[in-house]
Amino acid sequence: MTLDAKIPSGPIQDMWDKHKFEMKLVNPANKRKYTIIVVGTGLAGASAAASLGELGYNVKTFCIQDSPRRAHSIAAQGGINAAKNYQNDGDSIWRLFYDTVKGGDYRSREANVYRLAQISVNIIDQCVAQGVPFAREYGGLLSNRSFGGAQVSRTFYARGQTGQQLLLGAYSALQRQVDAKTVTLYPRREMLDLVVIGGKARGIVVRNLINGQMESYAGDAVIIATGGYGTAYYLSTNAVNSNATAIWRCHKRGAYFANPCYTQIHPTCIPVSGQHQSKLTLMSEGLRNDGRVWVPQPKGDKRRPSEIPEAERDYYLERRYPSFGNLVPRDVASRNAKAVCDEGRGVGETGLAVYLDFADAIKRLGEKTIDEKYGNLFDMYERITGENPWDVPMRIYPAMHYTMGGLWVDYNLMSTIPGLHVLGEANFSDHGANRLGASALMQGLADGYFVIPYTIGDYLAGTSLEKVATDHVEFKRVASEVQADIARMLSIKGAKTVGEFHRTLGGMLWDYVGMARNEKGLKHALEAIPRLREEFWQNMMVPGRAEDLNKSLEMAGRVADYMEIAELMARDALHRAESCGGHFREESQTADGEAQRDDKHFSYVAAWEYNGLNNPPVLHKEPLLFENVKLSQRSYK
Amino acid sequence: MTKPMTLYLSIWRQPNAKTPGKLIQYTVTDVSPAMSFLEMLDQLNRDLVRKGETPIEFDSDCREGICGTCGLVVNGIAHGPERATTVCQLHMRHFKDGDAITIEPWRAKAFPIVKDLVVDRGAFDRIVASGGYISVNTGAAPDAAAILISKEMADLAMDAAACIGCGACVAACPNASASLFVGAFLSKFALLPQGQPERKQRAQRMVSQMDAEGFGGCSNIGECEAVCPKEISLSTIARMRRDLWKALF
Ligand SMILES: Cc1cc2nc3c(=O)[nH]c(=O)nc-3n(C[C@H](O)[C@H](O)[C@H](O)COP(=O)(O)OP(=O)(O)OC[C@H]3O[C@@H](n4cnc5c(N)ncnc54)[C@H](O)[C@@H]3O)c2cc1C
Ligand code: FES
Repeated sequence: MTLDAKIPSGPIQDMWDKHKFEMKLVNPANKRKYTIIVVGTGLAGASAAASLGELGYNVKTFCIQDSPRRAHSIAAQGGINAAKNYQNDGDSIWRLFYDTVKGGDYRSREANVYRLAQISVNIIDQCVAQGVPFAREYGGLLSNRSFGGAQVSRTFYARGQTGQQLLLGAYSALQRQVDAKTVTLYPRREMLDLVVIGGKARGIVVRNLINGQMESYAGDAVIIATGGYGTAYYLSTNAVNSNATAIWRCHKRGAYFANPCYTQIHPTCIPVSGQHQSKLTLMSEGLRNDGRVWVPQPKGDKRRPSEIPEAERDYYLERRYPSFGNLVPRDVASRNAKAVCDEGRGVGETGLAVYLDFADAIKRLGEKTIDEKYGNLFDMYERITGENPWDVPMRIYPAMHYTMGGLWVDYNLMSTIPGLHVLGEANFSDHGANRLGASALMQGLADGYFVIPYTIGDYLAGTSLEKVATDHVEFKRVASEVQADIARMLSIKGAKTVGEFHRTLGGMLWDYVGMARNEKGLKHALEAIPRLREEFWQNMMVPGRAEDLNKSLEMAGRVADYMEIAELMARDALHRAESCGGHFREESQTADGEAQRDDKHFSYVAAWEYNGLNNPPVLHKEPLLFENVKLSQRSYK
Repeated sequence: MTKPMTLYLSIWRQPNAKTPGKLIQYTVTDVSPAMSFLEMLDQLNRDLVRKGETPIEFDSDCREGICGTCGLVVNGIAHGPERATTVCQLHMRHFKDGDAITIEPWRAKAFPIVKDLVVDRGAFDRIVASGGYISVNTGAAPDAAAILISKEMADLAMDAAACIGCGACVAACPNASASLFVGAFLSKFALLPQGQPERKQRAQRMVSQMDAEGFGGCSNIGECEAVCPKEISLSTIARMRRDLWKALF
């Protein structure tokens, strides 16, 4: 199969408008005859389900949590980008487009990114109309902050709870459609497989997490908005139930997986405190606006931070990147933190941390301003660490955070399985090899509110769909396969808990497919991961029964999928012998240690086709053409 | 590092909604003060699984105090002893070696127990569906800058909007009232110009759905405010009452 991204022709500024005009429409009276399955109720899924319900489609929506409002998007802190240029500081759609392509280290699709920048302005309008209480200036106008990788102030925010407020906006819109009976909610359901009939996505099989029953749902199209696969690393900033199961099982049914090795390690997280650690907590990137990052100049300096004089501190980001300073993009900030810790200049008990210091900002802006901007983050830091950031600098270290890779989609957000659409963090489309801060919320809502409502209509209007119900043999077959896997996991009764396996796998990914990667390590991972997977299937210990609420069993299924996806991540990382964005291959760096791309050989999207567990996947390449942005060595000096 | 603790736990176990439950005793050792309360339970569960016993089911997701999924009554207090802290953000450094801790689920007629410490809070979603929104379709919004909102009002709306829908207010209230949850939801809209057109009917609908779900009435006891991890103010309930009253006359 050749990959056709279906990018419209013509100048980039007109593509989306032209495409919208050329799309086929579904007659309003016919919309309710179409059933659309939406899996996931984060920003992408909730906004899609609500908008499709408003249009009159019959929508069924699924999530793992007990309420759609609890999707992982709720945890986003810092903000959402939009090219409103309310600050008159030179922002524009073109600049947001340019910053995003550059920030992604020239590994994203121009057309998608341009559309994202265009739509960004509509998102803010929509959210304000829904009652999202964005931060305001005294005069009543919307307030903005700047975020890493940008030199303009284009990030809209609601205190440190932007994701929560945006999701509550989408959730309210969704509940309104529940009330209007266009949307039916299915909470506490986990999608365990996709049903493909006649080559098209026609339904899903889910496990009811309360009683363990298998349930099947049929539809005319399926939308996957289940988030990223960062939890494969065990420790990450993601919620503990975030998982890769839905996308991975779609992949095994024929959806290509794009750029699995593009993962983002966030520079400002609270460091690991011990073996008991179940997740890591992000300290919003917004903190880098006023906080200064430093380590002691000498190695192994055990003095308290207050005892280290100014002259013996190394503000290494300000020193190395004078024009962006503490606001360099995430991949650059993370790598630099790792480098100074590897040199033996890290701080804290483990030596795996750097300081994020607010002393100067407090002096310059006053306690009141700092409290207003960051008070809740300071409280959160103190709750977790028992240390007060008003008195001592925060200690931070990078942690796994976001996955740029995901299921391959075309310009219409459709995967390689007709009818299967993928939105939000679950797809690969807009962030290239590194995502800029405040751009995931933007993308999730762009996909859900403003892209899919158009493109799915075009798909439905242009496709002939036979009538399919859940008594079709294919539903029965898929459900029994899923059930057999569950029975197998329960029957092993081995000696190691699923959590132990997950932690071991996560350690391998962190060490070999983490902030710095090399051929030797990746080759090692490609041997070690399948071995661990084999042990997992012989020695896992899963308590309880299938016909019951059983979180250990849920986790076992997810870890089984991480065991497979981890191998693909390592394989992709090995094949991409260049550095780009978050994918740093040690063999490919500039003289001063920055990521060195190899545009001649790697300017493409790597889309992997599943080929059975014991066969290597097949690589398909979607060439990336840059007609509007000139490729250059990314520099933040 | 401070030395690890041993704790004596009494935990509510209940196989499902229909079978009665009871408190069971467990001893958990090697608890580090840096652990969160839920990580302490993770450790207990790991030990139970290794011994071939059924682990204790409890809900959690973000583990950073924002999703509202977790919820345990710790020694009689919803979310435990720390002010403005969800139980997932409660850390073991607030306990001492040898402490006895009782752990129970939210208890309210409108929140039936699913299993062990897991309850069904679907009633909250149904209350929101009854009117907790501004009726604006996608694409129908005016430019965001067209509406000016004073910083003061935006901040007040944000205070109310900070509710995470965990249900601690219900669990703490002797009447099992959901008034703080509903008051907060109504207030975030009532404080903004966008929320005005539907203000009265929103209050009426949400309150009548709250009653239909079997939540109790509010008699100004204030336990809800005391346990709320986001410190939602009782004044949101007063605003709800005023709006309801205006809707009736
Ligand atoms: C701590 C943190 C802070 C962040 N801050 C920012 C920020 O400030 N700005 C920004 O732009 N981005 C931020 N991000 C990134 C951003 O929040 C996410 O990328 C984005 O919210 C993902 O949204 P989504 O809709 O794609 O998926 P999610 O919000 O992850 O939602 C996934 C949904 O899918 C459901 N689901 C998953 N698997 C299944 C299954 N198998 N069956 C059924 N349902 C399933 C879940 O129940 C959930 O409803 C942050 C991320 C983290 C972790
Ligand atoms: S788990 Fe999310 S608030 Fe506690």
